[in-house]
Amino acid sequence: MLKQIEGSHAMAEAIALCRPEVICAYPITPQTHIVEGVGELVKSGALQNCEFINVESEFAALSVAIGASAAGARVYTATASQGLLFMAEAVYNAAGLGLPIVMTLGNRAIGAPINIWNDHSDAMSMRDAGWIQLFAENNQEAVDLHIIAFRLAEELSMPAMVCVDGFILTHAFERVDIPDQAQVDSFLPPYDPVQVLDPENPASIGAMVGPEAFTEVRFLAHYKQRQALRLIPEFCEDFAKTFGRAAGGLLRPYRTDDAETIVVAMGSVVGTIKDVIDEMRDAGEKIGAVALVSYRPFPVEALRDILKHAKHVVVVEKCISVGVGGPLADNTDGALRNLRDRPKLHSAIAGLGGRPITRESLKKLFHDAVHAPWIGPFFLDLNERVVGREIHRGRKVRRAGSTAENILKQLALASHLPPG
Amino acid sequence: MDHDFAITLDVGSSAANHTGSWRTFRPEYVRRLPPCNAACPAGEDIQGWLSFAEAGDYEAAWRALTQNNPLPAVMGRVCYHPCETACNRGAIDAAVGVNAVEHFLGDMALAKGWKFTPPGHKTCTKVLVVGAGPAGLSAAYHLALLGHAVTIKEAGPAPGGMMRFGIPKYRLPRDVLDAEVARICDLGVRIEYNQKVSDLQATMAEGGFDAAFLAVGAHIAKRAYIPAGEATKILDAVQVLASMEGEEKPLLGRRVVVYGGGNTALDVARTAKRLGAEEAIIVYRRTREKMPAHDFELEEALEEGVMLKWLSTIKHVAAGSITVEKMTLDETGFPQPTGEFETLEADSVVLALGQDVDLSLLDGVPGLEIENGVVKVGPDMMTGASGVFAGGDMAPSERTVTVAVGHGKKAARAIDAFLRGGIYTPGPKHELASFERLNSWYYGEAPQTVRPTLEIARRSSTFEEVVRGLDESTALYEARRCLSCGNCFECDNCYGVCPDNAVIKLGPGQGFKFNYDFCKGCGLCASECPCGAIAMAPEEI
Amino acid sequence: MTDSTHAQNPAPSLKYYQKGTFTVGNRLVADAERAVQSSPERSNALTSGHRACQGCGEALGARYAIDAAMRATGNDMIAVNATGCLEVFTTPYPETSWQLPWLHSLFGNAAAVATGVAAAMRVKGKKTRVIAQGGDGGTTDIGFQCLSGMFERNDDVLYICYDNEGYMNTGVQRSSATPPAARTATTPALGPEPGNVFGTGKFVPKIAVAHNIPYVATATVADLHDLERKVIKAMGIHGARYIQINVPCPLGWGAPSSDTIKLARLAVECGLYPIFEAEHGRITAARKIRRRIPVRDYLILQKRYAHLFRNGEDDPRVARLQAICDAHIADYGLLGDDEA
Repeated sequence: MLKQIEGSHAMAEAIALCRPEVICAYPITPQTHIVEGVGELVKSGALQNCEFINVESEFAALSVAIGASAAGARVYTATASQGLLFMAEAVYNAAGLGLPIVMTLGNRAIGAPINIWNDHSDAMSMRDAGWIQLFAENNQEAVDLHIIAFRLAEELSMPAMVCVDGFILTHAFERVDIPDQAQVDSFLPPYDPVQVLDPENPASIGAMVGPEAFTEVRFLAHYKQRQALRLIPEFCEDFAKTFGRAAGGLLRPYRTDDAETIVVAMGSVVGTIKDVIDEMRDAGEKIGAVALVSYRPFPVEALRDILKHAKHVVVVEKCISVGVGGPLADNTDGALRNLRDRPKLHSAIAGLGGRPITRESLKKLFHDAVHAPWIGPFFLDLNERVVGREIHRGRKVRRAGSTAENILKQLALASHLPPG
Repeated sequence: MDHDFAITLDVGSSAANHTGSWRTFRPEYVRRLPPCNAACPAGEDIQGWLSFAEAGDYEAAWRALTQNNPLPAVMGRVCYHPCETACNRGAIDAAVGVNAVEHFLGDMALAKGWKFTPPGHKTCTKVLVVGAGPAGLSAAYHLALLGHAVTIKEAGPAPGGMMRFGIPKYRLPRDVLDAEVARICDLGVRIEYNQKVSDLQATMAEGGFDAAFLAVGAHIAKRAYIPAGEATKILDAVQVLASMEGEEKPLLGRRVVVYGGGNTALDVARTAKRLGAEEAIIVYRRTREKMPAHDFELEEALEEGVMLKWLSTIKHVAAGSITVEKMTLDETGFPQPTGEFETLEADSVVLALGQDVDLSLLDGVPGLEIENGVVKVGPDMMTGASGVFAGGDMAPSERTVTVAVGHGKKAARAIDAFLRGGIYTPGPKHELASFERLNSWYYGEAPQTVRPTLEIARRSSTFEEVVRGLDESTALYEARRCLSCGNCFECDNCYGVCPDNAVIKLGPGQGFKFNYDFCKGCGLCASECPCGAIAMAPEEI
Repeated sequence: MTDSTHAQNPAPSLKYYQKGTFTVGNRLVADAERAVQSSPERSNALTSGHRACQGCGEALGARYAIDAAMRATGNDMIAVNATGCLEVFTTPYPETSWQLPWLHSLFGNAAAVATGVAAAMRVKGKKTRVIAQGGDGGTTDIGFQCLSGMFERNDDVLYICYDNEGYMNTGVQRSSATPPAARTATTPALGPEPGNVFGTGKFVPKIAVAHNIPYVATATVADLHDLERKVIKAMGIHGARYIQINVPCPLGWGAPSSDTIKLARLAVECGLYPIFEAEHGRITAARKIRRRIPVRDYLILQKRYAHLFRNGEDDPRVARLQAICDAHIADYGLLGDDEA
């Protein structure tokens, strides 16, 4: 059913259609509206047979989810940013225990400085935890990916994170087609766990594994994620059959057939990038884009197949791995590893902490990549005057104070506003 | 169920890991000798029969008891219970009232008419027992159980020896004695009364006896020279107590002085009170602490109005009075005269200064040795004469009924071995289960139950039994106070406290065993065993 | 307060002074009245072959508690375990010592994981009961937030803390349950204040009571009957429940492996470890001291307190510890009528 609906509420409805049995809720902006929405559905009775648990922290949220999942329940929770870090230990643990928990991540920057707006630092911080990480481009995809995520997670006994850009998607009102229950039921069978805590068939789950088997355990985790590379396209095909529209997939190329320059990006920024590509194509430039849906597992072969004929690859990502550069760029680089005549890779960091990514800036970026390439990560729309002054000041004064505060002070001075 | 590799494991699989290899000390179940058993002159397995009694199986308790002692109803009344003195429970609250439970079991057996089980087969050997006192009866009983034909020749008209002619009725009712003797006779033991053996060898030859056990007791009162005037009345204790069994009760008068400090002195004084004496005074040359008589008997006598004169010796007896000299104890504890004199009124003086053995029957028996008025015996109770054994008061030892019963048993086993051409060797004794071996925490607090005693008023006029038996509930209570020192009583502590489940419970009556595959040797079982029945031994590497 | 003698005497009609009511078993009572641990049919939830040190109090306490809970639930239960000694020594790949469904997730989340398991059981309409268990570090320190959350929501979980008064698995470091003056690897017996500080204390059972949860109890491996009764009672109640069991650690406390139960006993008898029960926010019973001892008699047996007795005379801290015991005795009413 088509609805003009806030992204969070659309996701809440989709999650409810997946018949979760245990939901753990802890508020953190910007995912809060999602669990509020599901909570309403439970409280109102629209979602039956579901335990909605208000926990005391994100760490507890995922821990409760771990317990419930190990006991055979279909489990859902959501978090963002600091919350993901606070549950980090449990994030790894859920994956290690092979528990098919589905969690929405309302992507948000990580402090300090504290920042509630969107970027991908949170998701990237957990990229090695062993979860499936799917990124939604828009709210329709956000809805669809949740349904796919449950099926994928349960098929593989592996947790899945659906990453949706905070505010940009979570708080945006868009037209979304919410599927009906029968469709979801036919796509998503009831959860049949591979192993479960059961007094009839007792087992000890979560043993301590030493050097004699740890490598093998890790290998098998990696092997299982690689299996997802095969399953994701299969399920997406199946999804299209059931719901009548395409969704997800490992990645989605956009006008890449003859492209000499291909932009790689994830999440909602892909929409803006497509607009820029259309504009540049209209101007005759051979440019295309790849929207990466599955960041983990990383579709190395699929991505390479698309990128290998290009001359330039521009990676636009909302995260900086401080001291190295963009993690998505690194992974993309890895996909091109050992290729003969491989394209040049240009890394751009954009939209940190919610800074708008404008079409103008992107257009210039893609142009520069070809004509005035840079070395290392390029920070899109960096206020060079501010950082320059701060670097200079920091050199002079030993106790220069907080960078963030100083920048705000400078900006306030520049705009003739009182500081603070 | 399909499991995740390494992370998920099948239950209980650690049983493949034999942690017993960690062990440097190994626990072992041991048996230690309970102090009660160690102290019992009759060799009773007190702890053993108490364990049946505490489960309420009184017949089994009585049967276990009578494996060593055929006279529990008697012993429950007259034994001075060294077991209770030794009892470890005394260090917690008060000793277990073993004697009271024995008394109860003995009486219950008589009331229920329980009989001894006759031996399965008989031998064709004949044994002569001389004397139907406690030693003789005990020997006869044990010999009969071993299948031998036993004849007791008793010089007196009735069985019991000193139990009848030395112990007053108020301590041992005669019907109890008679019933327990009758039960021994039911096993086929023949008692011939008024048959004083004066020539042992002749008697043995005549009767065709293969061995003999002599237990004639000590009936001859010791005398002391006391200057006495005319018309004085001086008697001895043996005479007084024995005459209580006859028709003619002794005439002691209103004021009776008893000379001596042993249990017999107390018996005489208490008997005198019951015969109507207004005053019964015991004169003893040392102090109360030095008195050989048992404390509880002294207490009972004092309750009944018997008076005591400590540190005094009788210097002269006149008609109606005596003269005593006050004594003082020197540094070695020996009484020394002070030269101070005192006169007491006395209608009669009874001497209770100990007894000697009539050894006349042994004249001419080759190899037999006499020393200090008693017969020398070996560790197996055999005298110097082959096949002739002796025990009770005529052998060197403390002269009590319990000792005599013990002698009888020991002699019977030795005679049995002798008749089979062997030598009796008792099993090795276990190490003593001292209080330090116990973990007393596990024993609940429970004061001793006291047997009811007869009212004082009735004690002074009648010969009714003074100390009554326990009823069933109090006997059970008392039996359950036993700590089972040194021997497993299946409390399950070792089974429970082992952090490694390395103790296997074998089921009721079977105890436990260690599973050394898993026992790490921590020693918790040994330190938490209430009764000290587990020892830690170094593991041999 | 209710009559606490019943706590020690499961069969008040029975008078059996030899075994009293203090030994594990009693051959004279009916099977049903005997301790779970005396039964050959006990689950041995934590079975042989585990890697706990010799004389481990926690191994013992865990088997006592889980066996009792399994009997109470007809084996229909699941255990969740925090990281720690108990987890490590029971489940090193490829062997586990557990005989029931068991899940280990993390150090600090056992209470929350158990909440999740309980929620799954509820939503699936199963009657399976859930126990969470951990050491004092995983409970009073790192797991405290999850514990409090589980309490406050009144989730249907029994949380059992095996309190050995320190981080023993990592090599004997101080936890918030480590007693004052005790030496640990992080509170060495050095300087003017040797050993652990005399802080304000953090007695989690009382914090649990402050949550008004249906049932809170302390117990000790030295009193099996009391422990089993409390676990069985707790399994008869729904909602959040907490039992903290004092489990001496021979390694961490510096005592012979054979002294584990003795030390647990003395900890109670000196008043340092009060044994009590509370229901819905009110203390309802306290286990009376049976043979009171000065705290010195307890301390002197342990190397972690050796610095208090070094120079031939007692360190003043002994008196301060005695004052803590005296306060417990007064606060919880630990003396019986005879001693009071």
